[in-house]
Amino acid sequence: MNLSAISVVYRKELTEWLRDRRTLISTVLVPLLAFPLLMVGITALATVMIGNAEKEIPKIMILGGEHSPELLERLHKLDNLAIVPYAGNWKDQISNKEIRAAVEIPKGFQAALAEGTAPTVNVYFYEGELKSSFGANHLQDAVKDYRDSVVKDRLAAKNLPASVLSPFEIKQQNVAPPEKVGGASIGGFIGYAVILLCLTGAMYPAIDLTAGEKERGTIETVLSSPISRFDLVMGKFLLVFSASLVSAILSVTSMGISFTILGHSHLMQSSGGQSLNLDLGPVSVVAVFFMALPLAVLFSAVLMTIALFAKTYKEAQSYLTPLTFLVVIPAVASVMPGVELTPKLALIPVLNTSLVCKEIITGTYHWNSIILIFSSTCVYAAAAIFLAVKMFQREDVLFRS
Amino acid sequence: MIETRGLTKVFHDKKRGQIRAVDNVTFTCKPGQIYGLLGANGAGKTTTLRMLATILEPTDGTAIVCGHDVIDEPEKVRANVGFLSTATALYPRLTSQEMVEYFGRLNGLDEATLKKRVNEIFSRLDMNSFRDRRCDKLSTGMKQKTSIARTLVHDPQVMIFDEPTIGLDIMTARTIIEFIRECRERNKTVIFSTHVMSEVEKLCDVIGIIQSGKLLAEGPLAELRERHHEQDLEEIFVKIVSPYQNSAEA
Repeated sequence: MNLSAISVVYRKELTEWLRDRRTLISTVLVPLLAFPLLMVGITALATVMIGNAEKEIPKIMILGGEHSPELLERLHKLDNLAIVPYAGNWKDQISNKEIRAAVEIPKGFQAALAEGTAPTVNVYFYEGELKSSFGANHLQDAVKDYRDSVVKDRLAAKNLPASVLSPFEIKQQNVAPPEKVGGASIGGFIGYAVILLCLTGAMYPAIDLTAGEKERGTIETVLSSPISRFDLVMGKFLLVFSASLVSAILSVTSMGISFTILGHSHLMQSSGGQSLNLDLGPVSVVAVFFMALPLAVLFSAVLMTIALFAKTYKEAQSYLTPLTFLVVIPAVASVMPGVELTPKLALIPVLNTSLVCKEIITGTYHWNSIILIFSSTCVYAAAAIFLAVKMFQREDVLFRS
Repeated sequence: MIETRGLTKVFHDKKRGQIRAVDNVTFTCKPGQIYGLLGANGAGKTTTLRMLATILEPTDGTAIVCGHDVIDEPEKVRANVGFLSTATALYPRLTSQEMVEYFGRLNGLDEATLKKRVNEIFSRLDMNSFRDRRCDKLSTGMKQKTSIARTLVHDPQVMIFDEPTIGLDIMTARTIIEFIRECRERNKTVIFSTHVMSEVEKLCDVIGIIQSGKLLAEGPLAELRERHHEQDLEEIFVKIVSPYQNSAEA
């Protein structure tokens, strides 16, 4: 290994990389802007949509109820509902968003209630449609209030206190620190995002430095120089690895800033109801970054190895697209509720790092798992580098026609 | 000095099976001499030269370049070789000067020597006007000059040219031809492949005719003319190659 030769290749690749707009966009701009745009954009959009839906007074229709004057009177008194006259096509009107919901009061409802039978009141709405759900909720609340008042009157008639229906209270209390609560809810997403950006950050440089060189005809030029294939691969690999790391650093930093700003902003409180207590302190940021290191090595070497098979940039892109799915699936699996780190899962690349990042963000450090995951990923990474060097020594790969 | 001994290269193709691209080729090229490897497309010229430049490894036989074996000491061989072909392109995002400096550094030149060499070559080839221009913005002629500068930067003893004028306009091709002549004047060992008869007649001291991977005839032009009772090189070439071409096609 000639460090000076590796450094020459690395510096040259860095110069070219910094002059390439395509790779700069994927490595610098995307990780830097993806999180703020996603977080602020989605939250702001949700806030605006929910706000608009809440402001609207939903139009509703009453079906039947001619013999239930009490319930009708209550519904007509509500100022958060606009009651429209009955029409036979009420189902179509809900589907077409002309009205938001409808309530069906069965025939003889009030009489049945007096007799002590339990008639059913149906509330019809458009499932999945936010404004329709709000309308249906208002209706349901009004009917429930009426039911509660009926219960209250019946208890009063029999001289029984209201507490007879609920002799004691049940309350759930959180004991985990706020940052752990935040980490458990979105910690998995952070690990997933860092992993994915490590991959996308490395992808374009890996293609450019292998299939790109073949396509441009520069591979033969550099192979005619005295540098050994090993040193050449290492110089190239270090650049791809740097790109992957830059992506990871920028994404973690950008995420930290986004969550800090968002956690303290009114957007999150107003949309989610609860403040986002996610404190990405320097220790957890460094730990996530540290765990992503061997994975970035693994991605860089694997991407280079696969891309080297291709003759052109486009061909390499088509080879690497399935790899993105291979990375996304375990990363997504780690975000699923109930997926916990076990010794077996600690040996599955990508999934293990994603799971351990989730734990680190919640402030949990299981050192045995961390060491196992770090060392196993290092072994996979070393094997991938070895494979990349071997590929660069294969004439049928370099000069595939 | 280049000395090949039974140089052979076999490729494996899924559809066509084993292909002997170069078959037991033996020749010698001395310093101050231009050896012309003349052959049709697919005759084995590029594979032979790629083996001499250690880009490909021989399946059998070997070659000694400047005293180093292409199999045992490929890096030492490359340090003594300047390889130029139309397939050896330039890095588009580097400037002409950066391109030449990169290859100087890959050849282990120290910064002081490199600076001196680059200035010397850029002046000699009249390249100073575009030394800071990116390679993707250069004209074909400028690109060829940059490629020449790249092969010269480490002052190699052996120059290998694989069809260096193919696809070039007359003026750019002339620059290359002049450069090859200059290499001979500087006592370098030059090997040059082409299928252009006029270039061979103009330049080569020794001609090797290659077909189907086999070196069929070899010698100075005068000797080939005498041996085959023909004055025209094209006629000599056809006479030598035809029987092998027909058998290959059959």
